[in-house]
Amino acid sequence: MTTEVVLLSVAAAIAAGLIGSFAVMRGMSLAADPLSHVALPGIGVALALHREPLFGAVAALLLGAFLVWVLQGKARATTEAIIGVVFSAALAIGSFSTSGENLIDALFGGGGTPSVAETVFVLLAALTIAALVIRERNRLLVMIVSSDLARTAGVNVRRLDLVYLLMFAITIGIGLRYLGVLLMGALIIIPAVTAKGIARNIGQMLSMTVALAALATTIGTLIASWLQQETGPIIVLVAAGGFLLSLLVPRANAATRA
Amino acid sequence: MLSSMSETSLAAVQSQGTKRLSDGVPEATSILEVDGLSVRFGQSDVLKNLAFTVAERSVVAIIGPNGAGKTVLLRALLGSIPLRGSVRWAPGTRIGYVPQKLDLERDVPMTGRDLLRARLALAGDSDVKLDETFALVGIPSATADRLIGTYSGGQFQRLLIAFALLGTPTVLMLDEPSAGVDERGQEQVTALINRVRAERRLTVLYISHDLSVVSSYSDMVLCLGGRQPYYGRPEEILTPEVLQDAFGMAVRFHVHDH
Repeated sequence: MTTEVVLLSVAAAIAAGLIGSFAVMRGMSLAADPLSHVALPGIGVALALHREPLFGAVAALLLGAFLVWVLQGKARATTEAIIGVVFSAALAIGSFSTSGENLIDALFGGGGTPSVAETVFVLLAALTIAALVIRERNRLLVMIVSSDLARTAGVNVRRLDLVYLLMFAITIGIGLRYLGVLLMGALIIIPAVTAKGIARNIGQMLSMTVALAALATTIGTLIASWLQQETGPIIVLVAAGGFLLSLLVPRANAATRA
Repeated sequence: MLSSMSETSLAAVQSQGTKRLSDGVPEATSILEVDGLSVRFGQSDVLKNLAFTVAERSVVAIIGPNGAGKTVLLRALLGSIPLRGSVRWAPGTRIGYVPQKLDLERDVPMTGRDLLRARLALAGDSDVKLDETFALVGIPSATADRLIGTYSGGQFQRLLIAFALLGTPTVLMLDEPSAGVDERGQEQVTALINRVRAERRLTVLYISHDLSVVSSYSDMVLCLGGRQPYYGRPEEILTPEVLQDAFGMAVRFHVHDH
């Protein structure tokens, strides 16, 4: 396990934590999973064309996120149902077009050392996403409180929603190598859900989520190399363990209500 | 009386009302002109061919039974939902909106201060204004730092009013500002809105079910849910005939003389 991989993982974890905070506060906890499925046909196409699987995955994810955005604009009530159907179909197509071993790697991570192009892309993407979320945090915050209120504050809600969904998609994509897209979905959600239960304001929510995601990634990577196991599943197990431990902390909501 | 009311064209009622205001206030210009406004959800018309004009600094009440489209009207005026017809706000109009509920789940770790600070940042204002605004709406500093999910109905209304005021609006639109607030709280919220309206010379559009509030605080009343929309002064609209048509039952209400 090289330092390079750990650095990359931590960068991706920070992006995941920031994106995940808003995903969980928006009630999108379950969206990461179906959206991650759409990466598979992209990987299949990329492999068939002898391109980097990562770029195929990211392209497909961006397309998927755009599709979600278009559907949201059309029929709000049925969006979740449509996501479930469309992206499960994508999983089926993906499993046709991807070989068994590649499929497992894509879902759960692993599969050799990243290329230079991949390393640079993941690092740049993670930093860009982190910077964008921090810059847009006030707009995102008001938007999740109420899209009507956001409009009165001059926020272009539809555009911000698209930007957010695209960042969400890229975040899943950059986790492809070290966690796999499926487990990356989990790393986006679990630290944020953990922090949501104990944070007492937005600042704490964001910083705790990022810290938890980075911590789970580092500890998980160390344990995995010690046990000589795949990293992805261990990272997610560490994050889930953190969530269970957090249940021992008094809930912020209950504490302030008393 | 019923037949004569329904034969009166809306335009006639409207010009009558506008005329009265221009008698009282010299050069009362209109801040909002709505013409032929229709909103469809699926196959049904929620609002159909609505036309009315709102004079600057006037107070307009919107009444009608549940499902008459009152909230839909406010959201249409905000530009949040697709509509047919025209909604023209005077140039330079800034809207402060106080919705009845938020998209936010109760357990999101966001304090009142978090929400207002985000709004202030979007307005490009300094943090100094925050404490002033909390004081103005009567939210103690300890409450400001509590999670929004723990707010009582009255505190929640005050927070949303504070949010609206931070955008230095010229128009305040309130969706049942006293719903979910106990009687004493209702009086306080009403007094607060009135005070701010007078101090900041605001135009107010508000939805209410409390006809005695409507009769004593409104310059004009828009009644939805009948065979046609009715728009006029309180004593023209709060009549047994109009209320019977809109609410479908005899609503006992006596307009007090001012």
